[in-house]
Amino acid sequence: MAWPIFRTEGVTKVYDTGEVQVHALAGVDLTLFAGELAVLLGPSGSGKSTLLNILGGLDRASSGHVWFRDTDLTALRERGLTRFRRDHVGFVFQFYNLVPSLSARENVQLVTDVAREPMPPEEALGLVGLSHRMDHFPAEMSGGEQQRVAIARAIAKRPEVLLCDEPTGALDSKTGIQVLEALKDINDRFGTTTVVITHNAAIRKMAHRVVRFQDGRITEVEVNETRLAPHEIVW
Amino acid sequence: MEAIDIKLLRDFRRLWAQALAIALVLGCGVAIFLTSFGMFRALEDTRAAYYERNRFADVFVTARRVPGHMVEAIAAIPGVSTVETRVTGSVVLDIPGREETAVGLVISLPNGGLSQLNRPVIRSGRLPDPDAADRVMVNAPFALAHGFGAGDVFSANLNGRKRPLTITGTVLSPEYIYTLGPGALMPDNEGFGIIWMPERAAAAAFDMTGAFNSVSMSLTRGADEAEVIDRLDDLLEPYGGMGAYGREQQVSNSFIDAEIASLRSTALILPPVFFGITAFLVNMVLGRIIALERSQIGLLKAVGYSNWEVCLHYLLLAGLVAVAGIVLGWAVGGWLAHALAELYADFFDFPFLIYRVSYDVYAISAAIALASAGLGAARAALSAARLSPAVAMAPPAPPRYSRNLFDRMLAALRLSQPAMMILRAILRWPVRSGLTVLGLALAVAVMVAATFTEDSLDKIVDAAFFQSNRQDAILYFTEDKPISVLEEIRRLPGVMAVEGQYYLSAELRHGHREKQIALEARPEGSDLARVVDERGHVVVVPENALVLTRRLATHLDARPGDVIEVEFQGDKRQTNELPVAALVTQYFGLGAFIDYDTANRLFRQAPQITMANILIDPRHEADLHARLKDMPGLAGTVMLTDTRRSFQETIAENVLIMNTIYVTIAVLITVGVAYNGARVQLSERARELASLRILGFTRGEVSAILMGETVVLALAAQPVGWLLGWGISWAMTEGFTSDLYAVPLVLRPATFAQASIVVLVACLGAVLLVRRRLDRMDLVAVMKTRE
Repeated sequence: MAWPIFRTEGVTKVYDTGEVQVHALAGVDLTLFAGELAVLLGPSGSGKSTLLNILGGLDRASSGHVWFRDTDLTALRERGLTRFRRDHVGFVFQFYNLVPSLSARENVQLVTDVAREPMPPEEALGLVGLSHRMDHFPAEMSGGEQQRVAIARAIAKRPEVLLCDEPTGALDSKTGIQVLEALKDINDRFGTTTVVITHNAAIRKMAHRVVRFQDGRITEVEVNETRLAPHEIVW
Repeated sequence: MEAIDIKLLRDFRRLWAQALAIALVLGCGVAIFLTSFGMFRALEDTRAAYYERNRFADVFVTARRVPGHMVEAIAAIPGVSTVETRVTGSVVLDIPGREETAVGLVISLPNGGLSQLNRPVIRSGRLPDPDAADRVMVNAPFALAHGFGAGDVFSANLNGRKRPLTITGTVLSPEYIYTLGPGALMPDNEGFGIIWMPERAAAAAFDMTGAFNSVSMSLTRGADEAEVIDRLDDLLEPYGGMGAYGREQQVSNSFIDAEIASLRSTALILPPVFFGITAFLVNMVLGRIIALERSQIGLLKAVGYSNWEVCLHYLLLAGLVAVAGIVLGWAVGGWLAHALAELYADFFDFPFLIYRVSYDVYAISAAIALASAGLGAARAALSAARLSPAVAMAPPAPPRYSRNLFDRMLAALRLSQPAMMILRAILRWPVRSGLTVLGLALAVAVMVAATFTEDSLDKIVDAAFFQSNRQDAILYFTEDKPISVLEEIRRLPGVMAVEGQYYLSAELRHGHREKQIALEARPEGSDLARVVDERGHVVVVPENALVLTRRLATHLDARPGDVIEVEFQGDKRQTNELPVAALVTQYFGLGAFIDYDTANRLFRQAPQITMANILIDPRHEADLHARLKDMPGLAGTVMLTDTRRSFQETIAENVLIMNTIYVTIAVLITVGVAYNGARVQLSERARELASLRILGFTRGEVSAILMGETVVLALAAQPVGWLLGWGISWAMTEGFTSDLYAVPLVLRPATFAQASIVVLVACLGAVLLVRRRLDRMDLVAVMKTRE
């Protein structure tokens, strides 16, 4: 394995709703390495999405430290975090989060407009096999296609890390596998560190490492000796 | 184009109906601002340029007869720059083809040609030969009204002799931009003309050879006008000076002043209403859009858009709405201003109209429009900027409903569940509900304020023409006559009743305040022209006292019981002290009244009159006019029947135009507020309402909940609107009131009812539009969408 890209140290996250305090993360120490595909597994509410948001600079830890390479993300202010997201991170969400009023190409362009050295939107869409659907609007596409647009959007900026929150959660198995193929392809081809959150245990088989969550803590980190290709996975 | 800008344009297109509803309200504000402010500036600029180019005088005075040599003494008054003396006089005209008499004001032309001050602009023809006795120029509107051109002839009764006068040309004068005949309320270009006559002929006609009876003068920069007026009055006192006055009391000028003031108050009172409503609507709609686009905001931030870029994105959306409003407003405002300019051209006689709504007025209107949309968008856009991306991605927490005092009160009322839902929603967003009420109330208020003008004009017409002045015509004489002249008039054909009236020009003083006015006196028992108070009771002026109109009393800071110093002017030079017996409300002029016998006794004279009021038998009207045209000593006539009719016609026409404009405005405001309010509610409560449908509620029941909230708010807005309407009307009466006239605050129940009906119907229409969307709602799709 290569050098570390993310390192967390005693990260906690407490949500204060006024009446009760919810400990979403209760001290997480984790290192993610360049080029690896990690799957975060755990029941809902176990803290995996919270960790992903903190790694991606969408949210802040209540305590502890998060390093991206040599940068302490916990020390960055709002502007620094925006910069970090803009330059280094690609996101894929469960509900695709496409802008309904923009076509596939324009949704990707949304990112390439602000990124530093992006690939052309057409190339990104080609990588996920959507060259023929570029001018369609989200409402005209299937769920799998929409999620692949979201992946194209995430990779178009050539990010170092790709953070995917339940990318197949809203899809049936067939289209889900197409999406996972796209993610694996990107990981293999560009060496993009990829973190995939899922509560679907079957997906763990494609990862280099599997990190298990329970009640805001990591319970187990398991290394896959033999990875399966997505099309070999069944659920 | 960047993708985020494409999103902006597509969002704007998707929201077109709501954007249009807001843009129309904003456009109204911009249009009114542009029109009133533009016209206000155009009028001011045109007048200033006209006065400057044609040397409009600063001080004016008329006198009985001043010897020619006095001009040097007048010119020697410190601060006087140019003095011009003239001979002026009122004459009865006989116009070919016109049955009624007309009145002309003769002004002498100096021997050298055109006058130095109040220099007329020749519109056609040429100056008359200085030696000609029967060649004159007339004011262009008078010529136009009669189809006169150079070479046409009419007759004038000059000093008891009817003489034909040949027109050599037409002119306009800065002194008569608003050409009002004596006793008239509105310009009547057929019945009143200005006649410029060579000095020699004019002097001969009015027995003024070697003398003059009118002076106008310009002052040097920095001269003290009041001081000059005092000195001039002292100089002319022995010659029957009628009291000098400055530009602000010059009739034509003061009418333009009044018009400018009313345009200014329109520009200040109305547009802010529209800009305020725009801010509120933008705030409401954008707030909802941002709530709906939470996850998109989260996404934009996740992919690296900064808070500022997200904020700007939504500000630009409001900006597009503002731009639509500005474009609409500029188009309508430009057209309205043009139409109004033409109306002014009819009303005011300018040789040119400097109508360039300058770029800065356009720029200011656009800046205010953008600012109000921006202000409305600020809160929502900032909340979008502040939204943390992780929070934005998660569905919003459900609104916090909890049981509070209101709920316990509502529970105690045992309302149905739908009624409860309506009331809870209103109470849950008190600011939004309050502003919706305010917006709809403003629509009601605008309607009330518009209708009120009509009612108050009705009141003015009734008070002036049916209560106070009930005569058909006024005949006024070249000089005061003994009251016995009435017998002569009674014998004229068609005269059914005649009464005398006496006018005395005087300066009233109380403390350090003073005002030049005409004191009116009528013989006891006068029935044609009376002093009537606001309750319709005839006021009898007691002996040895004055009755003042309320505005004059305010001007003088005088109350009943106060003693006023009355300095009579003209022939009757003396000063008396008289107590104020009572105050009355009058809508025209700043009048004061004195008992007839007291007036005559003060001067130890046999009863005199200045004019006669008559009732005319319509069957003999033609005969009467034929006789009046030849009657010696008659300076002019005022046909009140004509005045009444033209006043009412003008009012009816203006009221129709104004009502159409204001109803449109009220409907636009109502639709803007109600439609957007209902759309936002539908968007917020789509799932809730769809759930009710699935639970078995009918379409009618569900839309009742949606419409109920707007209707409840609209009903609550009515009393608030009445109150605001009353306030705006009051502000308008204050803004419109000048020395020339007062506008009474008349508000009838029907006014309020009409305003409410228009607003409620418009409101219902707007909500029904939204209801159609509710009816077409795909229940399954709504339940599936993630908020």
